[in-house]
Amino acid sequence: MNANRSLVAQLLILTAGMFGFGFLLVPLYDVFCEITGFGGRTNAEAVVVAEAPDLNREIRIEFLTNVNSYAQFEFASELDSMTVNPGKMYYATFTAKNLSAIDKVAQAVPSVAPVTAAEHFSKIECFCFTSQNFLANEQKAMPLQFIVDPNLPDYVDTITLQYTFFDATSVASNNP
Amino acid sequence: MTTAVADTLEEHHDDHGPAKGIGRWLFSTNHKDIGTMYLVFSLCMFFIGGAMAMVIRSELAIPGLQFVHPEFFNQMTTMHALIMVFGAVMPAFVGLANWMIPLMIGAPDMALPRMNNWSFWILPVAFGILLSTLFMPGGAPAGGWTMYPPLVLQTGDAFPFLIFSVHLMGISSIMGSINVIVTIINMRAPDMTLLKMPMFVWTWLITAYLLIAVMPVLAGAVTMLLTDQFFGTSFFLAAGGGDPVMFQHIFWFFGHPEVYIMILPAFGVVSEIIPTFSRKPLFGHDSMVYAASCIAFLSFIVWAHHMFTVGMPFTGQLFFMFATMLIAVPTGVKIFNWVATMWRGAMTFETPMLFSLAFVFLFTIGGFSGLMLALAPADVQYHDTYFVVAHFHYVLVPGSVFAIMAGAYYWLPKWTGHMYNETLGKIHFWTSTIFVNLTFFPMHFLGLAGMPRRIPDYSTQFADFNTIASIGAIGFGLSQLLFVAVLLTSKRGAKATAEVWDNPTTLEWTVPSPAPFHTFDTPPKLDDSVGFH
Repeated sequence: MNANRSLVAQLLILTAGMFGFGFLLVPLYDVFCEITGFGGRTNAEAVVVAEAPDLNREIRIEFLTNVNSYAQFEFASELDSMTVNPGKMYYATFTAKNLSAIDKVAQAVPSVAPVTAAEHFSKIECFCFTSQNFLANEQKAMPLQFIVDPNLPDYVDTITLQYTFFDATSVASNNP
Repeated sequence: MTTAVADTLEEHHDDHGPAKGIGRWLFSTNHKDIGTMYLVFSLCMFFIGGAMAMVIRSELAIPGLQFVHPEFFNQMTTMHALIMVFGAVMPAFVGLANWMIPLMIGAPDMALPRMNNWSFWILPVAFGILLSTLFMPGGAPAGGWTMYPPLVLQTGDAFPFLIFSVHLMGISSIMGSINVIVTIINMRAPDMTLLKMPMFVWTWLITAYLLIAVMPVLAGAVTMLLTDQFFGTSFFLAAGGGDPVMFQHIFWFFGHPEVYIMILPAFGVVSEIIPTFSRKPLFGHDSMVYAASCIAFLSFIVWAHHMFTVGMPFTGQLFFMFATMLIAVPTGVKIFNWVATMWRGAMTFETPMLFSLAFVFLFTIGGFSGLMLALAPADVQYHDTYFVVAHFHYVLVPGSVFAIMAGAYYWLPKWTGHMYNETLGKIHFWTSTIFVNLTFFPMHFLGLAGMPRRIPDYSTQFADFNTIASIGAIGFGLSQLLFVAVLLTSKRGAKATAEVWDNPTTLEWTVPSPAPFHTFDTPPKLDDSVGFH
């Protein structure tokens, strides 16, 4: 009986531990993505990169914009693409318009392809770092400031930066 | 508590039968009764899930939409999977475990009989909740059994019911597993060392640990879905900083060990049957144990092969590809051991043996298509096509389900005390085997030709193979009615002896047939012919 009881206790602890482990996977996954660029994740905070520009190399940056099906927004990049030198700072502008007659909070979620380029694509300033407030029917231009790391692998000559625009009003009201 | 149990044992020396009426089942703490309830429940779910498969295959028999709305079709695919996985296959193996593990290790009952009652009776509640969603506004869950967000969050009123029924299934499985482990570790006959345990007991010990390790992770994942939907968290909502791909990682961290949960006990069942009908001991018993343990370990590090197409770094794809292919090694050990067991054996081909032989052959086909899917570059083509459907149905239907059938025929005389109708059993086997191949083999071709899964309509180039598959499915479904006929006539056959078969070696064949309500009140003595297997 005592043997049963201690074994049951151990197995229950294991069960509880694995339940906790399921939730522990959430921060672990974030760390994993930050380190590896898994899922095309890019940095979510400003970074300062001091590198000498490599003027002999040209990289094509393509901008793609999507709007989540639940978000009533227009969202577009001013340029379809631009050609850049690694190690040099560039600016790009995106515009978004709130199509609804109520105030909204929006969040852009970036993704970079190929994934091997994700860790070499550094954003100095980005509208995606924080959620953006929109008044009813407001349109605004949003800046992006980025730099491509000269250590970008040789075989990469095109980087696609993709943003999906989400309506984050309900999320924002939950996390004041 | 210890003294109370001791007193009971003192007072009731003579064998008393089961309680009368419905109370016998509602309040049962007897492993045989609970095992029977699990098996009957599983058979009911097998037919409900099967009826859903009939809806799916009828709709797909010819191109175009004929019988059901696409929304309802999606509900059918989702519910069919949930019911077959959690309602049919898993409870069937728990039922076999309840019935046979105490008999095979010489224990009087399961270690925790009252928890055993709970773990069974939670199941009808869980599936009552799940099935009730069919009648709710918005219908049953239709986003696939994998419950990927954000799609699953669009489920209507059924959503919280889906989550809570999954919670209940998890609780039931975990309690059942704790019971199995405690029984096996603490209640074996005195001379039965771990490596003398029959293979079925071994595979269940490993399965039970897998269940305890991964069911809580699934519970966590669906809890996150629930809080995302109702309590404003953003685990999987990109707008709030979450990531829907993370759900796939957590789900498959559960999901891959889950597929071994459904196949390891099947390995155990055929490892009992093939030696009996080959009249030879199991070849390489210990290597079977190590192989099963290897498979269990590897199942934890291969989950991302279900999601090669989400966008994964090259090194990640390589790792998961090689780790997955590594599983073929211990699985190959098992297959070759079964073949070596049959080598030069005095084989006979009764129904349990036929199902086991078909298991070895057809499961191997499913294993090979699994290897093809493990190749990351090729998987990009196969992903979410009927090739995947063909693969997992080959390992689950002529795999797990055939092993369950084999086990049912093998132990049925021990349960009922009578031989079942062998002719009917053989007809059941041959119709099942022919129709199962007719159903699932053409799906390989459909998948390679690019037919996506989970669609109610398809382009006309896929027409003929789909018609063949649908004919096969309806034939397979009707064939299972023969199994019901076997069960209904199972008491009419000749009286079974205690041994039933020709010199079987495990302990359950030392008790009379039918097995008395209480067995092994005193632990059996093992001699060399028993328990070695």
